[in-house]
Amino acid sequence: MSGDPIVTRLWEQERYELDAPPTYRFELDRRGFFKFLGAGILVVSVLPEVSGFQESGGARRQSGESLPREIGAWLHFGENGVVTAYTGKVEVGQNIRTSLSQGVAEELRVALGSLRFVMGDTQLTPFDSGTFGSRTTPTMNLQLRKVAAATRGVLLDLAAADWGVPAARLVAAEGKVTDPETKRTIEYTKLVQGRQLTQMIPAEDPLTPPAQWTVAGQPEPKVDGREFVTGKHLYPSDQKLPGMLFGRVLRPSSFNATLVSVDTREAEKMAGVTVVHDGTFLGVAAVDEETASRALAAIHAEWKPEPQPSHREIFEYLKRNVVEEKGRDGSSGFEVGSLEAGLGAADRHLEQTYTVAYIAHAPLEPRAALAQWSGNHLTVWTGTQRPFGVRSELAQAFRIPEEHVRVLMPDTGSAYGGKHTGEAAVEAARLARAAKKPVKVVWTREEEFTWAYLRPAGVIEVRSGVSRDGKITAWEFHNYNSGPSAIRTYYAIPNQRIQFHAAKSPLRQGSYRGLAATANHFARESHMDELASLVKMDPLEFRLKNLTDERLRAVFEAAAKKFGWGSAKSGLGRGFGLGGGFEKNGYVATCAEVEVDRASGAVRVVRVVTAFDCGAVVNPDHLRNQIEGANIMGLGGALFEAIEFENGRILNPKFSKYRVPKFKDVPALETILLDRKDIPPAGAGETPIVGIAPAIGNAIFDATGVRLRALPMVPNGLRNAIGTAGIAKMV
Amino acid sequence: MTKITKLQVNGTTYPIDADANVSLLSVLRNQLDLTGSKYGCGEGQCGACTVLINGNPRRACITPVGAAAQKQITTIEGLETEGRLHPLQEAFLAEGAMQCAFCTSGMILTAVSLLNTNHNPSAEQITEFMNGNICRCGTYPRIVAAIQRAAKEMKGDGQ
Repeated sequence: MSGDPIVTRLWEQERYELDAPPTYRFELDRRGFFKFLGAGILVVSVLPEVSGFQESGGARRQSGESLPREIGAWLHFGENGVVTAYTGKVEVGQNIRTSLSQGVAEELRVALGSLRFVMGDTQLTPFDSGTFGSRTTPTMNLQLRKVAAATRGVLLDLAAADWGVPAARLVAAEGKVTDPETKRTIEYTKLVQGRQLTQMIPAEDPLTPPAQWTVAGQPEPKVDGREFVTGKHLYPSDQKLPGMLFGRVLRPSSFNATLVSVDTREAEKMAGVTVVHDGTFLGVAAVDEETASRALAAIHAEWKPEPQPSHREIFEYLKRNVVEEKGRDGSSGFEVGSLEAGLGAADRHLEQTYTVAYIAHAPLEPRAALAQWSGNHLTVWTGTQRPFGVRSELAQAFRIPEEHVRVLMPDTGSAYGGKHTGEAAVEAARLARAAKKPVKVVWTREEEFTWAYLRPAGVIEVRSGVSRDGKITAWEFHNYNSGPSAIRTYYAIPNQRIQFHAAKSPLRQGSYRGLAATANHFARESHMDELASLVKMDPLEFRLKNLTDERLRAVFEAAAKKFGWGSAKSGLGRGFGLGGGFEKNGYVATCAEVEVDRASGAVRVVRVVTAFDCGAVVNPDHLRNQIEGANIMGLGGALFEAIEFENGRILNPKFSKYRVPKFKDVPALETILLDRKDIPPAGAGETPIVGIAPAIGNAIFDATGVRLRALPMVPNGLRNAIGTAGIAKMV
Repeated sequence: MTKITKLQVNGTTYPIDADANVSLLSVLRNQLDLTGSKYGCGEGQCGACTVLINGNPRRACITPVGAAAQKQITTIEGLETEGRLHPLQEAFLAEGAMQCAFCTSGMILTAVSLLNTNHNPSAEQITEFMNGNICRCGTYPRIVAAIQRAAKEMKGDGQ
């Protein structure tokens, strides 16, 4: 391999803001498909934007042998009675295997346990751009429900034809079709036997409305939970093949360091060791982990480092290194009204700067991949949110057609936006090609902290004007590097100028749970509190005065009511704060109570109340689980998580040095779900994270009179953040 | 280098072939295919590799296999008895105390040792005892609830 894409590609895009065209080309014809899956009924969902047959009158049965190319999902009802749904989405702990199963079981009218789900296998599932952006529930859940509803329609048609009665009077329930007039009943399985039917989903098939759900909408437990509590589930890092070797990769001494010289002779002499030096790639494969590590240590490489900024001057560096780029719509920002007029009309003005540090996803399972070559065909098991993207990476890296690459994604030990890429897959495949044996590469924790990508650091500058009675008249918002997600304000402000400025990042950066929505909400909701304080208004009252969006008002009011906002008074060293917002069709409001120890400066979050509205709830228990988890993860970034770096080296690439939330950090959590059965469900894995940081910051201000504008706010307690003099001045 | 040739895991004595200083985790996962114990950090900081050695929770990633030879090792694969899950496994399912579940086996084994010595731990005691185990998905409150549920079940109150 020439050139190292892992090192040189610094800006890992917020990929779901790109238009990624489906590159999948389905090669099987119908007969081939049945040969592949077995006889039965196959129902295929064609992506609406390319489904010409829908526009031409919604033909229920397409003629011809070829299947359409752009496919969202398919479902196979085998004549052996096994129902298998196929989706390119993947499971990383967000429990979509369960929620998608609920949607299918609901529409097909079968028991949840009778379904099988094949996910994220590039050979068996339709193309999918990836599992991110909270899109599984609004898009894939919908497609699979349509597919399941259409399958039910086929089964009803089959029974109707067998019995010579109109399908309309038949009822499908509990895996059977029943004729209420004759009381005749037939099992789905019997109907499917000996069939070989293909059905394109009819766009007009009505879905079961959420208010009538019986399987979806329920707190069903994780469908395969038993596999996990018994340790039987095989994660990517647990995969094994006969004759498999263990691979390790030699990393540069620092980011952007160049290889001056290398001596691999000693490593090459070791028994059972394969050494690969190809371009900037240096790696080994050996019979066991220990030998691989010894062989890696035996490679003598000299690197030339490049001077780079440290975390101490990163914010000045980012502002100095702006790379202006246009947004997708060609514009470079958002503007409404006249900012200058709005500022002129204001009675009070405020200008503040907020910063966020680089933080790490630190998924508990580091990157891992097992690769196997068979001639010019490559199979890789790996943990990624983009199995089809990794397939492309592999095809490019090895200059083979995508059709020769199969990527499988076993349910993985979390990702949080941090596993969009396929580094371990490429590395394992490169080593496997040289060793002519399957190779597994599992990154060490230190590698994961150092060579994966990070949540971008950023600087946010806000300038605003407000009238004496608390109406915001002007709002200017500049985000440097952290990202454009949720950069627009949902407050009703007549004059706005909002701009994202891309910058050159010294560290590799990319997607993170909620992307920049966390940073932008932190700045916005902190600034809102500062404005409320400026005009001496209650922070909730001030927000509601400037907020017209009914769903957002509803979550603020629900959280505040449950929290006891306004009634319970905070005492000395105890403060209340709130923050909230809107992103990806989810509405969240978070209230936090903090305790500050005046002697030590220690900050503790005592209680958090979150209200969330993502439309109709598909699984209330898993939704609560996501909201609780997002709050706990967000608490880490709010209070203490930060990557420290200097001259291209991460200084704290270990759990002993990079603090993540633990049991003792967890506050009492209360969650309110506003189950809007009248609104289609939105995703919920990301947005609940955005309210916690400003809520905590605002609560610290309430407790102490000290305003903290940098995330993390108190990596070493309040005393370090504001100094002893600051503590003395606390209200 | 001393060679270790036998290891007692989940009541069975397995033949192994490992230098004494190789990590117990590596032997369990790579030689015995007991992959329920996970690698999460390699420095004993996350608890994903926790196993019981003579009933005590130990970090397999920083335990040399030589130190575990001659001792009784219990991994997550050994908790089920005759197809029946351990009450803690049941309780984790009942409370939905997992998301990606990569931490789950380490959490459960740490909790087994807690309940062996304290049959009725308070939420504070659980928090104190479990604090070295990381759940990056943040299911901590559910894990506390699951441990309390299992404690109740094991005392016979949960019938």
